[in-house]
Amino acid sequence: MAKPYCILASFDSPAALIQAAEKTRDAGYKHFDCYSPFPIHGMDAAMGLKRSPLGLIAAGGAFGGLATAALMQWWMSAVDYPLVLSGKPFFSYQAFVPIAFELTILGAALAAVFGMFALNQMPQYHHPVFESDKLLKTSSDNGFVLAIESSDPAFSTDGVEQFMKDLGAAQIEHVAQEEEGEHV
Amino acid sequence: MEHSLNTEKRPIFFKAAGLIGVIALIASFAGLAFDSKHTLYSILHGGLFWISVGLGALGFTMIHHVVGARWSIVFRRHMENMSVAMIPLAALLAATLILGLKEIFIWADAAHVLHDELLQKKQAYLNPGFFALRAFIYVGCWALIAGTLRKKSLQSDQAHQVADNEGLVAFSAPMILLYAITVTFAAFDWMMSLDPHWYSTIFGVYFFSGALVAFFASLILLSLLLRFFGILDRVITVEHYHDLGKLLFAFTCFWAFIAFSQYMLIWYGNIPEETIWYKHRWEGSWKYMSLFLAGGHFVFPFLALIPRASKRNVLVLGLMAVWMLVMHWVDLYWLIFPNLDHHGVHFSWTDLTASVGFGAVFVAAFWNLAKKHDLLPSKDPFLEQSIHHINH
Repeated sequence: MAKPYCILASFDSPAALIQAAEKTRDAGYKHFDCYSPFPIHGMDAAMGLKRSPLGLIAAGGAFGGLATAALMQWWMSAVDYPLVLSGKPFFSYQAFVPIAFELTILGAALAAVFGMFALNQMPQYHHPVFESDKLLKTSSDNGFVLAIESSDPAFSTDGVEQFMKDLGAAQIEHVAQEEEGEHV
Repeated sequence: MEHSLNTEKRPIFFKAAGLIGVIALIASFAGLAFDSKHTLYSILHGGLFWISVGLGALGFTMIHHVVGARWSIVFRRHMENMSVAMIPLAALLAATLILGLKEIFIWADAAHVLHDELLQKKQAYLNPGFFALRAFIYVGCWALIAGTLRKKSLQSDQAHQVADNEGLVAFSAPMILLYAITVTFAAFDWMMSLDPHWYSTIFGVYFFSGALVAFFASLILLSLLLRFFGILDRVITVEHYHDLGKLLFAFTCFWAFIAFSQYMLIWYGNIPEETIWYKHRWEGSWKYMSLFLAGGHFVFPFLALIPRASKRNVLVLGLMAVWMLVMHWVDLYWLIFPNLDHHGVHFSWTDLTASVGFGAVFVAAFWNLAKKHDLLPSKDPFLEQSIHHINH
């Protein structure tokens, strides 16, 4: 039997999925994911996911925006095209604050949005788990699905299937590897 | 876990607060015999500092009701008690200002107004009778709003199962308007009119923004203090502290936004009668206090409160709350005292006694209100949700 892309197990409730995720994490599996119709509180911790670095990315964008605003206004007002405006100095930082404020926010917002895209590997038009015939579809309705991927170093078809049965999975499904050129 | 202060574990200093407050206030008023003008300024400053904590509580209680907030229900009774505890302070300060009117406000000094055409024009608003009437209206409105909110809330404790909050919501919505107007004009009357030639329409919002910073800092410290004595320690969790930290951070930014908005328009306009106010705060040692205010009330707390970790660590958050209260004290000092002497900062012992006196009376009043009733609105239908509140 060919190695599947992943094995799916469905559970009856969010609580059961959380428990399953905790046990999967503790069993040392790294390449696994959970699919549910709605976000489940505490899932990040149950799966052992680290805190997203998005905050740091947004902070980087914020300081980038701030530096851009400061340099741009200094260069325009004090270097490239100095104009006397209401008798104030060329480098009047007071007047630069609103633009610095706006660009800081713009930088942070853009970094947050596109950083989120990058961290989620978006845009992504297809995913191998879509090959699933039955269980994955239930995860947009009433199913709570755990997927352990065959790329995991600890993966073995029989081992994972037995592990999922021990977890108390209601149903188990093998998702086949995609064939080359199947999706055009 | 205790839901009430009425237990064996009564913090002794709560009891001592009343005595300390009365002694410190008597000492402050005794200062009138030495330097009556500076003493009146100290009383205005110390009084407004603690009144602003209560006004912040009052404003946030109404916002809490109007938006149907659930996470903050665990703080509701604290907020109601703080709002009511502020009323005697406001009454005492208003009475002191009315009695010392000629001493503290130059617009009330007929001899001065005689040679000041601008102040003659402003007599229609800035005159002793109308000032006293307005002060009476402000304190009356606050007493009415705070008293009603607390009374309705306490009544709901007697409900058989759950009490709906409809009455509190319907009352809060229009009262927010009354609150906004009275707080704005109280700031105009009691602080801005110290320099009656100068005006800034944003001044009331400036005072409000600082008041909310002081309120959130006080609420954090109150909760931590009660937690230290094992009261509500499992009801108010790190999730609630996290949210208070966010609001402390948000209103610190809001304060900076308002402070800079006021400054930048005056800087741009460059009209002497407006810029003189900042000129006074840039003379002698006031310049260092201005810089300290910008750094200490905004730059430092902004950077310190950004990380999630510092809002979820109660020790760091508690220290930041103490810091922000100190900075709010400095902020009000910076607003009020340059009108006394704009050549430099001159502290007096009455600055300390007035702040301690009003503060201790505030704490004692809060204690007396808090000890008689449950510290949680036990029949609020969403109390359970508030206790198990989680940040995402």
